[in-house]
Amino acid sequence: MRLEPIAAPTPARLLGLPLAALALTLAIGAALAALAGANPLAVFGLILKGAAGSRFALLETLNRATPLIFTGLAVAVAFRARLWNIGAEAQLYAGALTTVLLGTGAVAAPAPLLLPLLALTAFAAGAVLLLGPAFLKVRFGVDEVVTTLLLNFIMLLFVSMLLEGPLKDPLSLGWPQSPALVPDARLPRLVSGLRLHWGFALALAAALVTWAIMARTTLGFEMRAVGENPAAAAFAGMPVPRVLLRTAILSGGLAGLAGFSEVAGLKGNLTLDLSPGFGYTGIIVAMLAMLHPLGVVVAGVFVAGVFVGADSMSRAAGVPSYIADILVATALLTMVAALKLTRFRIRSG
Amino acid sequence: MEHLDILLTASFWAAVLRIASPLIFATMGELICERAGVLNLGIEGIMVIGAFTGWFAVYAGLPLWAGVATALLAGMAFGLLHGLLTVPLGLSQHVVGLGITLLATAAASYAYRLALPRVTTPPRIDPFQPLPLPGALAQTPLTYLAFLTVAVTAFVLARTPLGLAIRAVGENPQAVEAQGLSVTALRLGAVTIGSGLMAVGGAFLTLSAFSSFFFEMVNGRGWICIALVVFGAWHPGRALLGALLFAAFDAYQIRLQQTLGAAIPYQVFLMLPYALSILALVIMSRRARVPAALMTPYNRGER
Repeated sequence: MRLEPIAAPTPARLLGLPLAALALTLAIGAALAALAGANPLAVFGLILKGAAGSRFALLETLNRATPLIFTGLAVAVAFRARLWNIGAEAQLYAGALTTVLLGTGAVAAPAPLLLPLLALTAFAAGAVLLLGPAFLKVRFGVDEVVTTLLLNFIMLLFVSMLLEGPLKDPLSLGWPQSPALVPDARLPRLVSGLRLHWGFALALAAALVTWAIMARTTLGFEMRAVGENPAAAAFAGMPVPRVLLRTAILSGGLAGLAGFSEVAGLKGNLTLDLSPGFGYTGIIVAMLAMLHPLGVVVAGVFVAGVFVGADSMSRAAGVPSYIADILVATALLTMVAALKLTRFRIRSG
Repeated sequence: MEHLDILLTASFWAAVLRIASPLIFATMGELICERAGVLNLGIEGIMVIGAFTGWFAVYAGLPLWAGVATALLAGMAFGLLHGLLTVPLGLSQHVVGLGITLLATAAASYAYRLALPRVTTPPRIDPFQPLPLPGALAQTPLTYLAFLTVAVTAFVLARTPLGLAIRAVGENPQAVEAQGLSVTALRLGAVTIGSGLMAVGGAFLTLSAFSSFFFEMVNGRGWICIALVVFGAWHPGRALLGALLFAAFDAYQIRLQQTLGAAIPYQVFLMLPYALSILALVIMSRRARVPAALMTPYNRGER
């Protein structure tokens, strides 16, 4: 068997294969719903209704999409330069940690000063956390997949230690959580009375800025060149290690902003369940977006919709909400396969 | 010197062998995949699916060894999927591996919730019992199977034509093709078998170490095995040594927690194994020689 490139794929191939991937994903979802004894069409209907069936549902989806856009951007930027950052989860918690360290009364400033300060320190914290593995990669050739993955566990334990120690809210009655942010450290709501906050607007802005960096600046060009072919980039005189370190700053920083946005916009304090794996889901979001920063927004809202919709469907129809995880993982695998097959055909012999 | 006396007790060494066993299975699985040129980041999820399917088979009334076989087959199925996407299709091994981990973890969680919708305490099964041997040797048969797996892996890789072909396919696939062997078949086979071993490692947790299935029970062990393969420089014997060292350290920190637990937060002890893995990677990756074709998809006729 071998793969043969297709010089000019037909529109039918370009459209048909991704649609087939979507159909296969839905078919697997339907089979899983049937396995749970539910009517697949009703289940899909309930997921759709729970994700976008009302103003409340739609805003809830956008709320859930906010951290996924940040972590999706973090992964997209890094993977573009083939820096395999699997540690967005830890970088998110690093950003959340600095936000509560500075935002619970340590710094007294009015909101217009305090919020940018908190955002910047969260960005820096996430960046520093990825700079470590990136440095080990360029200096000692240590595989960053494993180091960033292991840092996720270390970071979560570190946060747990602080929440049960110095950062513990004395009024929390034994529950490990940080004190609440001061009012000036809270991101206001975009729509009064509903939970959607300015973090979502910040995520959209981050996507635009990231897109501009990737498409319009020298750094973006170098990142893409290093990702395409590091040897050729080095031969062309690009400082590959420096490009990777700058990529790490941008990527880790974006993931750090996710932590700032969740704490300052949504939760108001730090607990150990701040992120139900937003860092890992960001990888799916980035891949579904084909690593395009603006595509990350679309993919982030889509994936968030599946999760929010599945939560509400699960309450109504009794199908376990883990069906959402299976759907997005299947969508990821079928979509990368379909996109490959739009450009190559399999030949025997 | 009571902290060092720990090292002299049989219960410490028994714990070392117990903690090492799942790591040994999964590390051998990952090593076989990587020697054939495929990085398998599905390991974490495949261990979860092995832990779940092995436990569920026994919970449903099958004998323990049938549980092990069920886990093996489930792991092989996910490995075959990984292999089909990364070998003939040549998709990114990072993306596919992480996708498999997410898919396998979600599948285990979904199946568990479906089978046991309203349980709060995870049901128990009767796990493997230790063999009637003295001291630290009183281990379950699965631990002895883990050591046997290392011996077989080392023998096959180093001494048989099949092992030579697997190693060659991870170093120079063009040369293997020129010998008239199929790169696709060899890599697919290695990933499938390797993934089966990872799942048996997961099943050790539910069938031998504990007797129930919990959602977070694998808890990064898969990622640690990937570090152990690098630490072992892609050699079964050295990887075994790495797994034993890691397990000794883990068993030691658990005991230190009991004596120093009041002074130092327990999270520090729990962090140490992960930090140690990173440190080991930094020390070893300068010396280790990576299989030359690792992470490089092979396409016939391309150079």
